[in-house]
Amino acid sequence: MTSVALESSLSGPATIRNRLGTQRTMQEKTPTSNELEALVERVASSRDKQAFASLFDHFAPRLKSFMLRGGADPETAEEISQEAMIIVWNKAAQYDRSKAALSTWIFTIARNKRIDMLRREMRPSIEPENYPVADQDPPADSKVEQDEAAVVLRSRIKDLPDEQREVLQLAFFEDKSHGVISEELGLPLGTVKSRIRLALGRLRGNLGDLQP
Amino acid sequence: MNTTMDHNELMLEYASGALPEGPSLIVASKLALDEDARSEYRNIEAIAGALFEDLEPEAVSGDLLDATLARLDSDDQAVPMPAPVQHDAATRDIIPHPLRQYLPADLDGLSWTARSNGLEQCEVPLANSGYKASLLRIKAGEKMPRHTHKGSEYTLVLKGGFSDSSGHYGRGDMAVCDGSVDHSPVADAGEDCICLTVLDAPIRMTGLIGRFVNPFVRF
Repeated sequence: MTSVALESSLSGPATIRNRLGTQRTMQEKTPTSNELEALVERVASSRDKQAFASLFDHFAPRLKSFMLRGGADPETAEEISQEAMIIVWNKAAQYDRSKAALSTWIFTIARNKRIDMLRREMRPSIEPENYPVADQDPPADSKVEQDEAAVVLRSRIKDLPDEQREVLQLAFFEDKSHGVISEELGLPLGTVKSRIRLALGRLRGNLGDLQP
Repeated sequence: MNTTMDHNELMLEYASGALPEGPSLIVASKLALDEDARSEYRNIEAIAGALFEDLEPEAVSGDLLDATLARLDSDDQAVPMPAPVQHDAATRDIIPHPLRQYLPADLDGLSWTARSNGLEQCEVPLANSGYKASLLRIKAGEKMPRHTHKGSEYTLVLKGGFSDSSGHYGRGDMAVCDGSVDHSPVADAGEDCICLTVLDAPIRMTGLIGRFVNPFVRF
């Protein structure tokens, strides 16, 4: 299938595009996580490039932001973002929405790509398919639980004190050890560690418990 | 020195990708052995995913999508990987997958070096410098030379168990020690103990025998 004048499942002319250089505008509406997951499933099941383009519109700017925070220059940031999106295309069939949120899956792909391309390091990894977390419930339920846990998690992140959110963002995205973060913030290592600890405690505490 | 929270911080550094190869090998191997830790780790990755979703988007170049689309069909993803070593059943039972990939031979085929009475060591080659990883095999009931650490020492029990002043460690348990710890672990009676250790600085022998044995200092 050619990609000329693809129509998007997401509403509006903003997402119509082609490969020949027609001006594109950014989507105005942020797709929901369910819409995004459905797009990945279309990529997996029917190699749907229009669905891929919609995923790209949503995730590539976040990937670029992630890579810039990790110290990449803008060109490298786009290069790694592109590589990560190509992995999303190639591995779409491996994504299991009952196991992890799509943003989590793409985060792990991007993190691995960054280690690969920016640090050129080896990273011993666990392969989720070899080491599953046992499901206590049937897959249908676990998808629902997954969604509910994601909603609770996002509301807890919103409620975090700014200083805790900042330290978590530094820790996850800037590719720095906690020691380096403490030097850069001019804070004692103990303070950085305790902020991380408090934030993790607030966010992790009974994620299965649906009281926000 | 060795609390659940330390483990969570390590897992967070591992999840972010900032943790270097040596300690990452410990964390990945622990996750492979410990389902509870794996479940905690999934929570930490979920937090990373949610924060990632919330990142302020950075506009990408107008032609990046087209360039990416153009590569989807042409991209040959099948990069042939070197065939991994096929380890024997005994090795597969003891050594978790992430660590197996680093072992050039079965446990019995590795080049073990005797370090002291009842203690053998075999270096695990890392691709990146800065850390030294080893497998240690300690005879049942043997005591290891007393030592402290200049930097951090990460230990993961793969078989059997050991005790030191901080408690008992069995398969899948991880101990993280820093310079404040002066200990001499003793392997459980009844079964040889195999551990993975990762050091980021030479350890210092504090006992009399240790000064002569000095198993780890040269690297």
